[in-house]
Amino acid sequence: MSVINVLTLDGLRILLDALRDDGHALIAPQLQDGVIVYDHVEGLDALPRGIEDIQSPGHYQTRQTSDPSLFHYVVGPHSWKKFLHLAKLQLWQAKTLNDEIQITAPEPSSDKTAFIGVRACEVKAIALQDKVLMHGDSVDGAYKARRDNAFILAVDCARAGGSCFCVSMQSGPAVNGNFDLALTEIISPDHIFLVRSGSEAGDAILKKAPHRRATPEEIVKGQEIVAQTAANMGRAMPDTNIPALLSQNLQHPHWDRLASRCLSCANCTMVCPTCFCTTVEDVSDLAREEFSRERRWDSCFNLDFSYLHGGEARSSVAARYRQWMTHKLSSWVDQFGSSGCVGCGRCITWCPVGIDITQETQAFYDEQLG
Amino acid sequence: MSGSATIKRNHTDAPMVPRLARVRRHFSDAPDVVTLEIEMADARPFDYAPGQFNMLTVFGVGEAAISISGAPNGARLIHTIRDVGAVSHALTRLQPGDQLGLRGPFGMGWPIGAAQKKDVLIIAGGLGLAPLRSVLYHIVAHRTQFGVVTLLYGARRPEDILYPSEVEHWRQSLEINVALTVDHADASWRGRVGVVTQLIDQARFQPHNTLAMVCGPEVMMRFVASALVERAIDAQNIFLSMERNMKCAVGHCGHCQFGSSFICRDGPVLSYQKLRPLLKIKEL
Amino acid sequence: MAAEHAFMLSMHPFFKGLAPEAIDLVAGCARDIEFRRGQYICHEDDQADHFYILSDGHVALQISSPGRGARTFLTVGAGEVFGVNWLVAPYRWTYDAKALDDIKAVVLDATCLRRKCEADHELGYQLMSRVMPILIERLHVCRMQFLDLYLKQN
Repeated sequence: MSVINVLTLDGLRILLDALRDDGHALIAPQLQDGVIVYDHVEGLDALPRGIEDIQSPGHYQTRQTSDPSLFHYVVGPHSWKKFLHLAKLQLWQAKTLNDEIQITAPEPSSDKTAFIGVRACEVKAIALQDKVLMHGDSVDGAYKARRDNAFILAVDCARAGGSCFCVSMQSGPAVNGNFDLALTEIISPDHIFLVRSGSEAGDAILKKAPHRRATPEEIVKGQEIVAQTAANMGRAMPDTNIPALLSQNLQHPHWDRLASRCLSCANCTMVCPTCFCTTVEDVSDLAREEFSRERRWDSCFNLDFSYLHGGEARSSVAARYRQWMTHKLSSWVDQFGSSGCVGCGRCITWCPVGIDITQETQAFYDEQLG
Repeated sequence: MSGSATIKRNHTDAPMVPRLARVRRHFSDAPDVVTLEIEMADARPFDYAPGQFNMLTVFGVGEAAISISGAPNGARLIHTIRDVGAVSHALTRLQPGDQLGLRGPFGMGWPIGAAQKKDVLIIAGGLGLAPLRSVLYHIVAHRTQFGVVTLLYGARRPEDILYPSEVEHWRQSLEINVALTVDHADASWRGRVGVVTQLIDQARFQPHNTLAMVCGPEVMMRFVASALVERAIDAQNIFLSMERNMKCAVGHCGHCQFGSSFICRDGPVLSYQKLRPLLKIKEL
Repeated sequence: MAAEHAFMLSMHPFFKGLAPEAIDLVAGCARDIEFRRGQYICHEDDQADHFYILSDGHVALQISSPGRGARTFLTVGAGEVFGVNWLVAPYRWTYDAKALDDIKAVVLDATCLRRKCEADHELGYQLMSRVMPILIERLHVCRMQFLDLYLKQN
């Protein structure tokens, strides 16, 4: 699997068509309303060629450039959890028949998908959600079905995004981990894609598109592109034991300073590719003969998230911000063996007041009490 | 962690889908408190460990986590519910014959195995006696496996005392030392008035060979556990039953987190050793 | 520094009538301290190593529970003292104390005070006999609060 091949632009087009013919619904980056989102596409020509994104705390913008790259942008507000850990899911429904309630659960989905252009940080984020939802005592059957049926076509980042910091979270810019195929886009002298396979499914699809072995020069070029990206990261987490830093400073006054800026709008949790919290809602018809329960995304920033005994356990914004940040960077390690953050930078870009999680971690580091 | 907590798991493929159950009996314990005896529709015996809980669904209203208070003959379950919100209110209104949904059992129960050959202190505050009742049943059924067993129980007022006939039965059996107190009473009450921590001083136990199980409002548990440590019981041998907002009960929804623990999965029973540094953090 | 503290302590109601030599002993354990409004002075279950002599501002003594948050059961202000758990093992705070205004206080190091009281029982007696009336009064206040006398009777 360490063999590196080359696809031309046409070769990649054929590969995507092969995926589609194999029954996979293609989901790829699209430019909609000036934002890079993930949506269903027909084929390669739908990719937003030459679109560049400009991201910084609280800011997101795109513009058209003359660059021929298919993947000239980094990540937008969507993450692949949209298609794996659905925002809305019916858990069961029940009907009253002859005075007795019959409960039925929907069948897990058997739809096949192919995620096109998955970034290194996203491959890691998917693996983190796999750990939470599939590898504990309980398996989320709906997630597993979608996950097993998702083909991952990843791509190394040829540009550092304005907000991201994968290098300091050891989650990029080169794709690593669980993927089917991974590309490195090279635009000169020819527009080609280095391609490496990460699975048998990847091997099988690659066989259906014309490809050749990469030359040593091409491989070096690919490595240089990735190294260039890594060298241009705009921010980093402080080099310290972050889980211990946060767990030893739970009563630090800095949480109140953060709270004075945070709107508890929950944007960060919606765009974060690893946030997994959900809530449920029970509904019935007016005759109270049919019932169902729906699961929906939730956020620890929502006031009633921690509702208990007539009030919220985490009533202040400071407590809720602390819950999010310490879960992501500290508790997650105790719970699942690694940090919950992949350095994608979405929470920084999409925070309306531009709170930067790397800066805030640095602030705790600089002012630590314990 | 000293002592393994016994757990039983619900081994269906769909832990998020309720099983059908029916109310068989309904008892009014106290103002706002009801005990329901429930039977699974499929009549399969229900296996659980004391300290575990079920998620009970009132169709069309919602679901709530309620600890299991007993399972008298395997197929029937006892749940004591206090009316504190929409779902619990609906549960307290259920009558014999009404249907409800049940998922469970969930969670880590009381470390009964680790309590073998030790003195046992069972300390309950208010509704906290409900999840401890199943431990008391187990101890009474296997009495010779344990040393000196003491129940310390604090209720708000005399009329709020849960299961009064059983408490009296335990006291009179002479197998369990029982001390009772209430916070408020009028002159017709001849028993103790004060808080449950005050009962600890009078209790007989060998601190270095005692296991304590505590359940009640969090403030009460904090001060009881602290008092037990003052009486030379190791924090590793003190267990609290914690409570937090729950939606899924399988560690996937994120709501019940307390520090790094998922109360539904790592708890609700947790050792004071683990809890002590976290309990003092406001709004954790 | 100790001389300044000795002066301040001698003016504070708690130390009224205490002999100058005793005041000097106590001042040896003292330092000035300030808190900004909203700051926590101590947290429940922390080591109780300090005795606070308030000269400016109000402090809320609170206990927190999930769902109900922090509830104040008593406030203390200028001219008063708080923190008595330093007198009794295991020397742990049993409540949180939060500054309601900007606070100026003299804080006495409890380890230092306990040591001096052990060495000088007369000093110990003088401190205990000043702490006792405060505690007895607070116990009575607590009972009155507990009886909820303003609750509508029906």
